[in-house]
Amino acid sequence: MSEAVLQDLEIMAGAAIAEGPEWLDPLRRAAADRFATVGFPASRDEEWRFTPIGPIAQTAWRPSPGVAATVAAERLAPFVFGHPEWSTLVFINGAYSAPLSRIADLPRGVRVGSLAEALRTDGAVLQAHLARHAPIEGSPFTALNTAGFRDGGLVHVPAGLELERPVHFVFLTTPDAEGTAIHPRNLIVVERGARASVIESYVTLAPDGVYWTNPVTEVAAAAGSWLEHTRIQRESERAQHVALTHVDQGRDSHYRSFSMAMGGALARHNLHVRLNDENIETLMYGLYLTRGDQVVDNHTAIFHDQPNCRSWEVYKGVLDGRSRAVFNGKVFVQPVAQKTDAKQTNRNLLLSDLAKVDTKPQLEIFADDVKCTHGATVGRLDDIALFYARSRGVPREAAERLLTYAFAAEVIEEVALEPVRRELDRLVLERLGQG
Amino acid sequence: MTWKQERSLFGGHDVLEIRDLRAAAGDNEILKGINLTVNPGEVHAIMGPNGSGKSTLAQVLAGHPAYEVTGGSVMYEGRDLLDLEPEERAQAGVFLAFQYPVEIPGVSNAYFLRAAYNEIRKAKGLDEIDSMDFIDLLEEKLKVVEWGPEIMSRAVNSGFSGGEKKRNEILQLAVLEPKLAILDETDSGLDIDALRIVAAGVNTLRSPDRSFVVVTHYQRLLNYIVPDFVHVLFNGRIAMSGGKDLALELEAKGYEWVEAASATAAGAGA
Repeated sequence: MSEAVLQDLEIMAGAAIAEGPEWLDPLRRAAADRFATVGFPASRDEEWRFTPIGPIAQTAWRPSPGVAATVAAERLAPFVFGHPEWSTLVFINGAYSAPLSRIADLPRGVRVGSLAEALRTDGAVLQAHLARHAPIEGSPFTALNTAGFRDGGLVHVPAGLELERPVHFVFLTTPDAEGTAIHPRNLIVVERGARASVIESYVTLAPDGVYWTNPVTEVAAAAGSWLEHTRIQRESERAQHVALTHVDQGRDSHYRSFSMAMGGALARHNLHVRLNDENIETLMYGLYLTRGDQVVDNHTAIFHDQPNCRSWEVYKGVLDGRSRAVFNGKVFVQPVAQKTDAKQTNRNLLLSDLAKVDTKPQLEIFADDVKCTHGATVGRLDDIALFYARSRGVPREAAERLLTYAFAAEVIEEVALEPVRRELDRLVLERLGQG
Repeated sequence: MTWKQERSLFGGHDVLEIRDLRAAAGDNEILKGINLTVNPGEVHAIMGPNGSGKSTLAQVLAGHPAYEVTGGSVMYEGRDLLDLEPEERAQAGVFLAFQYPVEIPGVSNAYFLRAAYNEIRKAKGLDEIDSMDFIDLLEEKLKVVEWGPEIMSRAVNSGFSGGEKKRNEILQLAVLEPKLAILDETDSGLDIDALRIVAAGVNTLRSPDRSFVVVTHYQRLLNYIVPDFVHVLFNGRIAMSGGKDLALELEAKGYEWVEAASATAAGAGA
C-alpha cells in the first residue's frame, strides 16, 4: 500500500478518535491497523474476484467535509416517501442535517437519531453494540469504515416496544461530494420482542458525481424481535458504492431484508446474517436494475449456526447495456443446525446481448437433517408471454416493459410495508420508461 | 329473413375469408390449404383429431410467432390479416382465447387487463380510462363468468386452476369486446361446472356483431355453445363441413370415419 493511503488513513482515524468517545478508541485503532496490514483486496482474493475495485483503490479520495451542506428542502422531496409522520434522518455528504430531518413522536425509551450525536450524549447501548457485530476481519472496507466513520443513523427500540412509524435514513450526496470518500455507519438495535421498520436510501443530487460511499450497517435483532429492513441504492452511475449489512439474530426473531440496487459504476452489497439461536426466520430479497457499464454485485451470507431456523432468499436482476451483475449466495449450515430449512433463488433477466451475469450459489452444509435448495437462472423475456400480451393489443415494446416490470414486481411484492412497495414499484417503472 | 342474411344482402365484407391457407412450424407443414368464410354473428366450430392442425389454425390467425405462413391469404374485414402484427390484429378486433393461458406473476389481472383495454382504446383514437372507471366496467364483465372482484388483484393466471385460466380468457374476451373471437380448445381440462360457466359466458357474448371460431376436440362443448357450422379438419385441410348435426354424427362415428371419407375423396380426386 502506498505511503499516501497510509497517511490518509492515519489522518482519518486520528480525526475520528479525536471526536471520541474514549471506549471507541481501541476499536478504531484496531480497525486502522487491520486496514494498514491488509490493504484493499487484491484481484486474486476469491471474495473480490469479480468486483473491479481498481477505481476505488487507485483514487486519492478526499475526506468528506463532516458538516452538512445546505440543501433546499424541496430538492430532497424526490427521495422521501411514505407518510410525513415517519422519522426521516437526512445525511448530506455523510453529515447529519438536523434542519432537513424529522423525528416522529416516539414511544418512551425509543431512540432514533444521528449516531454522532448519540456518541456524544449517551453511550451505553452504543458501547454494547457499535462495532461489536460487523467484524473488521470480514473485509478491509469494514475495517476502513470502523477506523474512520463519523456519523450515520441510529435506531434503538427497547424490549417489548413497537416502533409503528418506520424510520428512513436518507444519505444524499451533492456535487460537493465530488472526489470524496464517505463512510456512513448505521446501528439498528431491536431488543427482545420489539418491532421496527427501517429504510436506508443512498441517493444523489449529482447524477454524474464521482465519489465513494462505504457504508456499514449493524443490526442486532434480539429474541422475539421483528424487523423489516429495506435498502434503496440509487447512487450516481459514476460513483463507487461498497457496503456491508451485518445482522445478528436472536431466538424466535424475524428479519426481512430487501436490497434494491440501481446506482453506482460499481455497487457491491454484502449482506451477512448470523442466526445465533433456534427458531429464527430470515427473509432476504433483492432486486438490481443495471444498464450502461454498471457492475452490481450482491454477496450474501447466511450462517445457520443453530437448529430449526428458516432462511428464504430471492434476488432478481434486470440487466441492460453492457452492464454486469454478480451474485454470490453463501449458506453455511453448522453440524448442530439440524432441521435447517434454507432456500436460495437468483433469477436474471437480460435485456441486451452484451449484459453479463456471474451467479454462484455456495452451500456449505455440515448437518444431515436439513432442507437446503438453490437455483439460479439467466434468461430473456419469454416469447410466448410476449405473444400473449401482444395478442391482447399491447404493442411489442409496451409488452416487453410490462413483462420486465412483472419480473421485478414479483419480488417487490414481498416487502411488507405498502408505501415502500409503492416506491420500489415507482422506481422500476421510472427506469423502464427511460429504458 | 334472419339478420345474418340481411347483413349479407347489404354487402360489406365477410368478417373472415381464409383462402388456401398454408402454414408450417419449421420444416413441418401443418396447414395444407384451408378455406373458410365467416360472416358476422356466425359461430363456426372447428373439430378434428389431434395433430389435424386446428390449434395451429387458431394460433396462425392471432399471429403466433412459432408458425410461418407459407401460402394463401386471410382477409379480415377486407384487410390482409397476415400483414398485421399480433397487437394490430387485437386492436382491429381479433381475439384468441389461449388453450394454455400464460401465467404472468408480478402483474395483477386488473393491471394487465386495463393495459390491454387502454391499448385497444388508444388504437381507436379514444382516451384511456382510469383505474376507477375501469373497476366499474369490470364489475359488469365479471358477471359474465360469475366471478367476484377478488380475482382481479391476483397475478395474471398465476397459480390459477385450469378452469380459472379458461374463465379468465372469457373475462378478457368480455372486456376487450372483439369482433372475431377464436376459442382454442377452451373446453380442455375443464370440469363440468367450469365448462358450463365458460360456455354460458360465451353465449352471453354472442351477438350479431361478433363472430366465433370455436376450436374443440370434443362435441361436448357444442352442446352448450351451439354452432351455426361445423368443420372437420383432417391432415391440415377441412375434410368436411356441415351444420351442428355434423358434430353429433362425428361423435357417434369417430374421427376414423372422417379419415376414411377423406381418403375416398382424395382417391376420387386423383
